[in-house]
Amino acid sequence: MSDGGAGGTALLRPSAVPATTGVGVWLRRLASRAAAPYWQAAPLALVFAFFFVLPLVVTVVVSLWRYNEYSITPALVGDNYASVFSGCLAELPSLCLTFKTYLSTLKFCVLAWALTLLLGFTVAYFLTFHVRSLTGQMTLFLVCTIPFWTSNVIRMISWVPLLGRNGLVNSFLVSAGLTREPLTWLLFSDFSVALAFVHLYTMFMIVPIFNSMSRIDRALLEAARDAGASGWQALWNVVVPLSKPGIVIGSIFVVTMVMGDYVTIGVMGGQQIASVGKVIQVQLSYLQFPLAAANAVVLLAVVLMVIAAMTRLVDVRKEL
Amino acid sequence: MPPSESAQASAATLELVETTKRYGGVVAVDAISLRISAGTYCCLLGPSGCGKTSTLRMIAGHETVSAGAVVFGGHEITDLPPARRGTAMMFQSYALFPHLTALDNVAFALKMRGVDRVARHARAAEVLALVAMSAYADRRPGELSGGQQQRVALARALITEPKILLLDEPLSALDPYLRVRMRAELKRLQRELGITFVHVTHSQEEAMALADLVVVMNEGRIEQQGSPREVFNRPRTEFVARFIGGHNVVTARGARVAVRADRLQLRRLNGHGEAPPTKGTVTNVEYQGTVVQTSVTADDGTELIALAPEQVFDREPLTPGTRVAVDWEPGAAHALTQ
Repeated sequence: MSDGGAGGTALLRPSAVPATTGVGVWLRRLASRAAAPYWQAAPLALVFAFFFVLPLVVTVVVSLWRYNEYSITPALVGDNYASVFSGCLAELPSLCLTFKTYLSTLKFCVLAWALTLLLGFTVAYFLTFHVRSLTGQMTLFLVCTIPFWTSNVIRMISWVPLLGRNGLVNSFLVSAGLTREPLTWLLFSDFSVALAFVHLYTMFMIVPIFNSMSRIDRALLEAARDAGASGWQALWNVVVPLSKPGIVIGSIFVVTMVMGDYVTIGVMGGQQIASVGKVIQVQLSYLQFPLAAANAVVLLAVVLMVIAAMTRLVDVRKEL
Repeated sequence: MPPSESAQASAATLELVETTKRYGGVVAVDAISLRISAGTYCCLLGPSGCGKTSTLRMIAGHETVSAGAVVFGGHEITDLPPARRGTAMMFQSYALFPHLTALDNVAFALKMRGVDRVARHARAAEVLALVAMSAYADRRPGELSGGQQQRVALARALITEPKILLLDEPLSALDPYLRVRMRAELKRLQRELGITFVHVTHSQEEAMALADLVVVMNEGRIEQQGSPREVFNRPRTEFVARFIGGHNVVTARGARVAVRADRLQLRRLNGHGEAPPTKGTVTNVEYQGTVVQTSVTADDGTELIALAPEQVFDREPLTPGTRVAVDWEPGAAHALTQ
């Protein structure tokens, strides 16, 4: 990549390029002023092309291939998509497996989004408007990042001794006489999955919202107060609209991560709860690559639609 | 004036009673007492850090009062929230809501009161017309120039029909040309609305041009208050004389006196005649159009400024290096306290 950049600067000296030959003319065009931005953008563009665009294209291509128990053959067929949605239309109004799985994933998505948004907004608001000193803000911010010092899986698993049938919470509840039997819905349930999502992803909501909020001029809140706004009115009419870009960016993070997740749902759901990511993972483990690819493309389309809907609410480019 | 109106006028007097603001151990405003009668254009004038903005913010209710009281129309408003004081504030950087159009910015206070959309927009449009901004009602603050933003901010403050408008350095963000124009407009608005304006500024020129009552502040205290003429012609202290400009502070017969720069007479020294009271050397001559400003360093080291109309100066032109006698009529000097 750096070769491209260095070559670019060398070529920017027109005198070094012979102008008579066809190659010379071509090189001169490359070295012209108008081409400079392209050279500058090239290294990152190449990284993106290789690590992002290429795998995506391969996934789409493979999703159109044919497969059976022992072979995968290049083709251009829609069989895999048909089998993803097989029976879905025929079974309506009752839901087919794919629809049920998506519905379950979307449910967690909405739950995690709503909870992380509520928590993230509150924390960001506290950090921005109630912690006056910059050192205080920085310190508390670092405290927020402490959970990230360990891996995702460890953070999830550490809930198990806490929430299990004989875990800390249950033994406390039983010994305190609050329940006679240990609560079974604490672990390997929808509750524990949502809890883990909130635990893992709230930070991704805090950071962009804090970023938006810290740009709000304090004088605006005074102006709102001067105009007779109560605390809640100022929050709703001034802080929330001006935090919108951060809210949307944070929401994109959380929605994207939850939609594609299968580890958290697997671990915290005790492998009992279906998710789109889990379906893809199982198909991969059976070497049904084309089918998994088709599923991945459908998932990608759904996520993109959700993001498109969210970005219509606000112009994200303004924030960048 | 009908009696009801005069009663109303006296009811709208703003009074500061030993009002004090402390930040930790630092005293920003030191027990100042001030009385601003209704319909007055009052300028709080002083260098940065003199406590003028803190004073304004205490009147507005955006700063708690450490000691003393703020009284308006006979009622103590020291601890009332900003919106219940009958005041409205125009912020230094205007503090317009960037996500709202000019119209919605102006209508904001009415929205907070629960006025319905149609009614508040109609009223906001009226106030926007008052500041000649109707054509820009649908623009957001980011799409307006500094002067236009200022008009919108003014309209937003006026929509609640305040009895006192508080302006925090309202003209400092504008370029000099616009500043003079907006200055005239502020004065016109104040006259037309007949309400009290309290205007914080560090520009003596602005205060002179606008104020009925100039309050010169320094280090948290009021140095002098009065009409611009009173303050300019009879500065009470050396600080006021220096801050207000146009004055020379000299020691004459053991006392500190202030002499207006345009009353200082310079005469070329030519060896004969009586001994002049003060002698000095011309260091600089500045042609300023209507007047010529001559800087003189007196023999005792005092820096002096003399302003003379162009024709007067031309009668006896001076150049840097010329030795001059400095004199003034006895009535032109007056003693300073401290």
